[in-house]
Amino acid sequence: MTVTEMAEKLGWEVLVEGEGACREIQTVYCCDLLSFVMGRAPADSAWVTVMGNANAMAVALLADVACVVLAEGAALDAEAAVKAKQHQIAVVSSQGLAVYPSAKAVAEVCGL
Amino acid sequence: MSDTIQLNFTVPGDDFTRAGEASSEVKGILKKLGLSPMVVRKVAIAMYEGEINMAIHGGGGEITVEISDQWVQMVLADQGPGIPNVELAMQEGWSTAPDSVRNLGFGAGMGLPNMKKYSDEMSIDSQVGVGTTVTMRVYLNL
Ligand SMILES: Nc1ncnc2c1ncn2[C@@H]1O[C@H](COP(=O)(O)OP(=O)(O)OP(=O)(O)O)[C@@H](O)[C@H]1O
Ligand SMILES: [Mg+2]
Repeated sequence: MTVTEMAEKLGWEVLVEGEGACREIQTVYCCDLLSFVMGRAPADSAWVTVMGNANAMAVALLADVACVVLAEGAALDAEAAVKAKQHQIAVVSSQGLAVYPSAKAVAEVCGL
Repeated sequence: MSDTIQLNFTVPGDDFTRAGEASSEVKGILKKLGLSPMVVRKVAIAMYEGEINMAIHGGGGEITVEISDQWVQMVLADQGPGIPNVELAMQEGWSTAPDSVRNLGFGAGMGLPNMKKYSDEMSIDSQVGVGTTVTMRVYLNL
């Protein structure tokens, strides 16, 4: 399922659409330490995190995840939003859901 | 052997929000050159970790990327404090990152191990008080 479809089905807010309409979610990865994400997040995963900063957007781009899911109501800061738009990174908010229910919801709706 | 392409970048030492721009640019260039997604991802991850280390620990520096028909080579050179014990620094979990950058998500002590894992060859030349040069290669056909 694509990121855009996933967000729509779950009623989650799309903060930056990016390439969300054509990025297929293959799995889910949860972590906030950036070099863990860099080294271990599979390509095409939905990355669930509370890190809404510009560095996180660089990691999302370079590790080639399908999207960033901001959980626990974490905000996308202004610089990060600019970076995400510039590099077409899809960013969605799970509307205040905690990390585990966010990840579970993505997995269930995508049939993973 | 055909021509190599050379790219040069300056990494600022104080602006962590900009760190990653060189790696992002290289990723775009490699994609346009039509290199395999695996190679692009390996270079992107290895170079980003090196770039961010230069910004956080090395006070900024210079990156030279060379692309040949056999490999992508990255040389990251800074004039920072150097690494007193490279073997220790290479261990997963070893970090001297200050709290200010830990709050941003850095400091897991996984950057150098990631560089080792995602590059095919890596060497570190570091001298305390002089600086650190990291050289990495990713081969196109492995
Ligand atoms: N260019 C450098 N100059 C000086 N010291 C460095 C440099 N690169 C790495 N180090 C030292 O090696 C340690 C380990 O680096 P590594 O990238 O593995 O982890 P980190 O940067 O601390 O955290 P992470 O990369 O997981 O966010 C650093 O904490 C620092 O002490
Ligand atoms: Mg590091």
